[in-house]
Amino acid sequence: MTRGKEPTVEAGQEPGESVTINLPWIASHGGMPVHEAVLRFIPAGKAIYLLPVALFLFSLFFGRYMMDPVETFRILVIGSVNAFFDGASSLLSAASGQQVLLPSFEQTWGASEQTVVFQIRLPRLIAAMLVGGGLAIAGASFQGLFRNPLVSPDILGVSAGAGFGAALGILLSGNPWVIQVSAFFFGILAVAVTYGIGRAIGKGSTLVLVLGGIIVGSLFSAFISLTKYVADPYDTLPAIVFWLMGSLSAVSNADIVAVAPPILLGALCLYLVRWRINLLAVGEEEAQALGLDTKRMTVVLIIASTVITASAVCISGIIGWVGLVVPHIGRMLVGPDFRKLIPVSAVIGASFILIVDDIARTLTVAEIPLGILTSLIGAPFFAYLLTRKKVGWIS
Amino acid sequence: MILNVNNASFSYDGITKQFEDISLSLRRGEVLSLLGRNGTGKSTLIKCILNILRLQGGAVEIDGRRVADMRPEEVARQVGYVPQAHRAVFPFSALDFVLMGRAPHISAFSVPKEEDYEKAEEAFERIGITHLREKSISEMSGGESQMVMIARALAQEPSLLILDEPTSHLDVGNQMKTIATIDQLAADGIAILMCTHFPDHAFLVSHSAAILNKGRLIAQGRAEDVITKENLREAYGVDICVHYIKEAGRTVCIPMNPCGCRGREVA
Repeated sequence: MTRGKEPTVEAGQEPGESVTINLPWIASHGGMPVHEAVLRFIPAGKAIYLLPVALFLFSLFFGRYMMDPVETFRILVIGSVNAFFDGASSLLSAASGQQVLLPSFEQTWGASEQTVVFQIRLPRLIAAMLVGGGLAIAGASFQGLFRNPLVSPDILGVSAGAGFGAALGILLSGNPWVIQVSAFFFGILAVAVTYGIGRAIGKGSTLVLVLGGIIVGSLFSAFISLTKYVADPYDTLPAIVFWLMGSLSAVSNADIVAVAPPILLGALCLYLVRWRINLLAVGEEEAQALGLDTKRMTVVLIIASTVITASAVCISGIIGWVGLVVPHIGRMLVGPDFRKLIPVSAVIGASFILIVDDIARTLTVAEIPLGILTSLIGAPFFAYLLTRKKVGWIS
Repeated sequence: MILNVNNASFSYDGITKQFEDISLSLRRGEVLSLLGRNGTGKSTLIKCILNILRLQGGAVEIDGRRVADMRPEEVARQVGYVPQAHRAVFPFSALDFVLMGRAPHISAFSVPKEEDYEKAEEAFERIGITHLREKSISEMSGGESQMVMIARALAQEPSLLILDEPTSHLDVGNQMKTIATIDQLAADGIAILMCTHFPDHAFLVSHSAAILNKGRLIAQGRAEDVITKENLREAYGVDICVHYIKEAGRTVCIPMNPCGCRGREVA
């Protein structure tokens, strides 16, 4: 699809639409013939939003415990409705002080199916989409902020910090909640230290920020090594190593409830400022001359991306590659305009982790750590894409 | 007066002054050329006018308001800035790039609307580069990207346009095109401040000129009065011949052969 070209569509055809590639408010723009405009309106750009939905439905019945697709969707829909009514009943009962029972559908499936769909696969798939989409959005924003397509979300040290936090949690407690909270806390702390260095030395210049990230990242990597060194080689050491390789196998519904709000909030924030990331991406001084408060914008992008990444890392462990490469795939599809790049990156990132996680849980009897697979699958795929399509920054 | 600079002085470290006691003013439709050797603080002065850097002394007023009291987007609605050259990292299309000029008119959480697209299109048409609309800025020649940057500044709908050496890295053809564009914009009523290394370009478009040397203005006034042999020698440290060439219909400034360079002599 052509970069930056917007379709000619009758105004108001799809009013109030929020997540679209081609927004239909450019009524009198360009002199394109109607059929071309319509063609431009339907394909690739929009169809891609269906990809994670399709993959989600597929992943729900696909796995080592293979289920019948139709039956799975029935369980998903009816089970959800029942769960909703259940919740509503207890809420009403509590509110009115007497027993209220709303009707519910008969459960025609076994308890094991119920568990597989609602306790195992559903949280895992939602986690995959949150982590993949979140890391991709954070990566895209950072690439714009630092004006460098080689930047990934952990450039400011969030992953190293979170990794250390998790290792420390495993070493001291082993309780999954402690591990997650510790990972989140140290992820945020690492970026805060980086930002402090950037402000103290470079008055907020992005170059010094990156240097600060390198300093803080290597510091926390050393701390990770230290925790590994003192860890029990039969017990906590493997736990640390596996955590660092990344996995979604232990994700529960409670985890989703905990991390979905910060990830979604961060993503919403980046989505709202998406067009202004363009300004930063062309240069700090030019952005200032265009009236952008670059310091505030930088802080907003760093906070939103860091909250997303730290939340993602604390349930999934360290998953590299997604935040770096997915924005590139997005640019190949829709061009560099962050208006389109941010939503498209989210969708591709979510789809990518869904696919990789499907492979991770089905390829062998034991689960393969996700961090290994993202690179193992992602790297050759990206190399292939580079040979197929011209990329702007490689001249 | 759209631009008033009163006794401005600036220093990066608080000790060495980049420039001091600069006073300038500019009306709508007027072109002021700022001359001076490399590193005399021309670009710093521009950043102070744009309120990217804060003056240590004096004040800059745009349309009667001090820029120090204005919000960034308020400044950007009045002043368009065309940087020397754009280093493209991401291959934005010219249309996306020019749309960015609408930023000061668009609220923080919003995206360009139909009206902004229209203004961007107008900016393209105004300087006659509509054909470049879909081209990626990373694939453009120096002349093309210069025009696109001017279009972006015009999309801001500024009353003052500041150009930092708009002709420095262009071939002669594109230099003249750019100069002609500047002249036309001034005729439309925009005030223009341009830094330049070509005194002859000042003769082509300027109503006035100013020479910055060692942080101070050594001359200021009508171009013919400012761009003289004596002033140019002081500013650039070489002897420069200022001549009206009848055939070309313009005044040019040519540095004298400084050290007997072995050019070929033509009778």
